[in-house]
Amino acid sequence: MNRILMILILIVSFVPQAIAVQPDEVLDDPALEERARDISAGLRCLVCQNQSIDDSDADLARDLRIVVRERLVAGDSDEEVLDYVVDRYGEFVLLKPTFSGHNLVLWIAAPLVFVIGLVMVFSVSMRQRKLSTAAGMTPEEEQMLAALAESENDHADKDQASRKPTD
Amino acid sequence: MLSIELGHFALILAFALSLVQVGVSAYAWQRPNEGAFSFVRHAGVMQFVLVLLSFAALTFAFVTSDFSLKLAYEHSHSLQPTLYKFTSVWGNHEGSLLLWVLILTLFGAAVAVGGANLPKASHNLVLGTQGFLTFAFIGFTIFTSNPFERLPEMPLEGRDLNPILQDIGLAIHPPLLYLGYVGFSVCFSFAIAALISGKIDAAWARWVRPWTMLSWIFLTLGIAMGSYWAYYELGWGGWWFWDPVENASFMPWLTGTALLHSALVMEKRGALKIWTILLAIITFSLSLLGTFLVRSGILTSVHSFATDPSRGLVILGMLTFFICGAFILFAWRAPTLKAGGLFSPISREAALVFNNLFLATATIAVLVGTLYPLVLDAFTGIKISVGAPFFDLTFGALMVPLLLVVPFGPFLPWKRASIAQASKRLFGAIVLSLILAIIVAAYLWEGFTLTPLGILLGFWVIIGALADLVERSKLFKVSPSVSLRRLAGLPKNVWSTSFAHMGLGLTVLGVVFVTAFETETITTMQPGDQIEAHGYSVRFVNEQNVPGPNFTSETATFAVAPVGKRENLVASEKRNYPARQMPTTEAGITTFGLSQVYISIGDRVEDNGRVVRIWTKPWILLIWIGTVVMALAGTYSLTDRKYRIAAPNLVRKQALGATK
Repeated sequence: MNRILMILILIVSFVPQAIAVQPDEVLDDPALEERARDISAGLRCLVCQNQSIDDSDADLARDLRIVVRERLVAGDSDEEVLDYVVDRYGEFVLLKPTFSGHNLVLWIAAPLVFVIGLVMVFSVSMRQRKLSTAAGMTPEEEQMLAALAESENDHADKDQASRKPTD
Repeated sequence: MLSIELGHFALILAFALSLVQVGVSAYAWQRPNEGAFSFVRHAGVMQFVLVLLSFAALTFAFVTSDFSLKLAYEHSHSLQPTLYKFTSVWGNHEGSLLLWVLILTLFGAAVAVGGANLPKASHNLVLGTQGFLTFAFIGFTIFTSNPFERLPEMPLEGRDLNPILQDIGLAIHPPLLYLGYVGFSVCFSFAIAALISGKIDAAWARWVRPWTMLSWIFLTLGIAMGSYWAYYELGWGGWWFWDPVENASFMPWLTGTALLHSALVMEKRGALKIWTILLAIITFSLSLLGTFLVRSGILTSVHSFATDPSRGLVILGMLTFFICGAFILFAWRAPTLKAGGLFSPISREAALVFNNLFLATATIAVLVGTLYPLVLDAFTGIKISVGAPFFDLTFGALMVPLLLVVPFGPFLPWKRASIAQASKRLFGAIVLSLILAIIVAAYLWEGFTLTPLGILLGFWVIIGALADLVERSKLFKVSPSVSLRRLAGLPKNVWSTSFAHMGLGLTVLGVVFVTAFETETITTMQPGDQIEAHGYSVRFVNEQNVPGPNFTSETATFAVAPVGKRENLVASEKRNYPARQMPTTEAGITTFGLSQVYISIGDRVEDNGRVVRIWTKPWILLIWIGTVVMALAGTYSLTDRKYRIAAPNLVRKQALGATK
């Protein structure tokens, strides 16, 4: 089945382009049409590179757009339409993978990294604060810092002074 | 012509020279001596000269349509306009790799010349690392992707460049993008040098920051240009597709942005050293990953010209070597680094840590979304798609808190700050952006959506950024002439921070507007027909067949006008390129203020009408204007005298002198 699909992909992707949604596909009911567009934007064109069927001009995408609209006209809810399409073409058609099973890693990775990062930031800052109460800056370090700040200020002043004549 | 062989020879010479450079650099590290240091510097410059020669030879073959060169035969055509003959050089795998190498050696030479003020030992290590990268990539070019291959018999005509690439965009987008990608190699080399020598201090951050900024500017412009090119060329009006190849360029941009901010903390306060080094390594690793994804053919797209699995394996090996090597070195040496300055949880440092945390997480979201389908397929055979809806959700959710905090950053003092005080100073900006957002959202009300929040975020970032300038110039508090003088006297970094943040806000606002309010009209029109498309009248003037140099075109002309205003003429085309039997669409785009009307034509239908798609794109130009403002702000900060060559040493000497 997969191989046939691949061959189909190869053939169809070289068919000359028309543009995506055609006037004859558009539903009369604007509310229904809008739902159709929203659903289409989340379905992958199986023969394209990372394009939704809503954007694609491939024939297969057109067929799928028509299927989506037929189901909507028949009274399906959005979920029912998606289930119908997934039943026939597999999860591969969903541009937003489901939040389940082998996709959990995909969904959880970023939040997990965020939490780990947050914990690390906190633990490092706690540790540093403990260290700093134990040993503050030495007088020499304080002096050095002050001198650095001063020299930076001098620098800024000179910056302004040197700019003046050109004003 | 013999020049092709000369070019080939020059490339091989550069390859050999880079190896020698690495060897001498390693020697000079063990036994520091001026002769070896000087050789390493000169070798860096010479490599660039040699690769430039080699690139010139290749270009000459393309421009003169020398089809005895296999690459020119396969990717160009004698009837192409000269500009496209020129850009065809990198409109293919081998040539674009040579461009990559050219830019790598350009940066190598720039560091060799521009880093003369660095301590000799560090400079030597940086150049040695850079030479090693050059060695690997020239080797990859010569042994797996040789652009100088000849054909035994010279064909009469070339097979033309992919028509989608026959555009001014190809002249601008790849060079800019590569300048950005490859520029981060300098940060990488600095990080490796620092890890090897163990010398990492505020001065290091000061040396690295201009290189980071330079690369970031190029990458920003490169991505923006790519986005605009895709927008006008692909013919369905999208400007960002979360395509794996786009993501590959976006990830180094995100971490590069984080690096700019963390290097700032390191430079001013000596904190975040380890993290900054790690970010420098990660950023270039992501550049390499992008190169791998695009060049290996693992992803097929308009970017990955030809595919050949053996190349993929070699480049994967190089990627693994550099990234793993860098991380092992990091894990080994990082614990020896001493932690730097302290700061409280509410301070400018903390705000910048917050920035880094969100940018890093956003990078992970994009990275996982891009690679997970590949990995899942490779290990389990399960095929899933991860597309725009996933990225919009995850990336979008991460950007909201980040954008909310952006204006606070410049208002928080270093070390210790108070949110209440910063909020008080930002009070005017908060009120003003709320009022603006409410007015705009109410005017364009389309029901309860996230749009008003997006509009608020956009205005907030813009106004918050400008509030910094208002506050510092004491505008409205002192006389206008005094505040004007104060404004002129502000340090350059204040200006550039403010404008970079404002650019970000402009881009956000453009994204929100076009996402929420764009409209699409699909219809069939005859010449002479006029329709009303969401506030614009569109008249189909005529259509005709127009011959081009190496294509034929069906051109439809439309007259577009906002209601009651003067109309603009705009041409929308369908082209056919006979050399490749490939059609393209050239969208007709016309601009009214910040908004655009975008027209694509389709096939003729039986009753002699034509399928026409008309999009209105309110405020879409803000997306790209914002990125240009960001890049200009970055450029302005580069002119700061602090970054001029001798500055770091001077400041340090003054400081030391003062303490004595």
